[in-house]
Amino acid sequence: MDSARINRALARLASEIVEENHGSDDLVLVGIRRRGVPLAQRIADKIADLEGKRPPVGILDITLYRDDLSTVGAKPVVSGTELPGDVEGRNIVLVDDVLYTGRTVRAAIDQLIDFGRPRRVQLAVLIDRGNEHRELPIQADYIGKLVPTKKSEIIKVMMTDFDEDEGVVIVERPAAEAAV
Amino acid sequence: MSANFRLKHLLGIRELTVDQITHLLDTAETFRDVSKREIKKVPALRGRTVINLFFEPSTRTRTSFEIAAKRLSADAINISVSTSSVSKGETLMDTARNLEAMAPDCIVIRHSSAGAPYHLARSCSAAIVNAGDGAHEHPTQALLDALTIREHKGRISGLKVAIIGDVLHSRVARSNIHLLSKLGASVSVAGPGTLVPPEFAELIEQGVRVERTIEDALVDADVVMILRVQRERQTDAFVPSMREYAVHYGLHLRHLGLAAPDAIAMHPGPLNRGIEIASEIADGGRSLILDQVTNGVAVRMAVLYLLAGAGKRQNGKNGAKERKERSRK
Repeated sequence: MDSARINRALARLASEIVEENHGSDDLVLVGIRRRGVPLAQRIADKIADLEGKRPPVGILDITLYRDDLSTVGAKPVVSGTELPGDVEGRNIVLVDDVLYTGRTVRAAIDQLIDFGRPRRVQLAVLIDRGNEHRELPIQADYIGKLVPTKKSEIIKVMMTDFDEDEGVVIVERPAAEAAV
Repeated sequence: MSANFRLKHLLGIRELTVDQITHLLDTAETFRDVSKREIKKVPALRGRTVINLFFEPSTRTRTSFEIAAKRLSADAINISVSTSSVSKGETLMDTARNLEAMAPDCIVIRHSSAGAPYHLARSCSAAIVNAGDGAHEHPTQALLDALTIREHKGRISGLKVAIIGDVLHSRVARSNIHLLSKLGASVSVAGPGTLVPPEFAELIEQGVRVERTIEDALVDADVVMILRVQRERQTDAFVPSMREYAVHYGLHLRHLGLAAPDAIAMHPGPLNRGIEIASEIADGGRSLILDQVTNGVAVRMAVLYLLAGAGKRQNGKNGAKERKERSRK
């Protein structure tokens, strides 16, 4: 998936989100750190093009809500959460790059609920790796591209904000890591 | 950013690297936000147990650690000396072994003897946090002071810090001297001659300036740290009278005039108003005393999170096994 195709996928996600929510009033896009954040920004830009009004964008850092704290390495970095205003009664669209096991989304929902009671929470992802990997009953409402993958593969999403290039590639998990 | 934090205990600032200190402060900064939310709680330490073992009276520090643990969803248990079996004659080691048998993830200890937390760390598999040991160190106080300075000055490197008062008995001063000079501040100390030992100049490699008068120490200072007169540690024997101390070494508004125009004033608490600090300073616009308390919770959350939460597996997974092996030796 190259830059142009990512762009087209995001444009489609933006119009689907607007259609489903009957406009962009009460809409808040919330990107999950790290790569969900620039994706949420870009979807918001595209919604602004469509509706003439840019929905606010928030940031969730789910580090403190993970269920695998002890396995995340010896020096975890907590980067902080920033939500624009109140989530109470708003239509929240969580945005992330890849949907895999669903555990990140579980943590994000838990955190979101701690900030208030949104009217509705939806999920938009650039890549869905397929239902067979899901470890929780979670699915995306808006999907950029469904990419059925094997467990031995890794989806690498590169964004210009963090990486040199932009694109999505499937790579084989290194043998040593796969054994874990 | 280095790849590894690797800190099992927090015993003193002296043993920490600049990287570790900076990571603790950065983490604390994000925890400050948690305390501003309506629901002041995150599940990061759910199911973990933190024991606050206090052999000396404390309100601020103990409450701060307790709130920090609870805001991380850990279970916090407080033990203070007057209600514990220590008053029945149990030794520190026996108390620790018994607590350890109940498998806590972290023990926060305050003790009047320097080195008590180190003693505990050698025989316990739980993470040990020093909440003040005698006149030795009080690492979380230095961290919260640094966080407060960084918040208001944007940096620590290059600042001039004056530490005024009962330096001799102060673990706060020792921890702060280590931390501030590691991060590149220049530190000078002053107070009554009997309470400011000249050997302090050699406490750290970079050296501390030991000034003869508080005025000398205050000139152009960006940060003024006022220490508490520790009457429980027989400070009275070192000065003629508290009245005299207040007159000659207490900090008054006129003193702040010597410091930099935007200098900030700090005090670790509890305040002896009218002795080491005049109320006009404590309640004045330059005072960050309450900011320090607020930052204390954030710093302790960061410490507990990094010690008892993340990276725990590398540390304590085989805790029970280690303990058995150790007791066999």
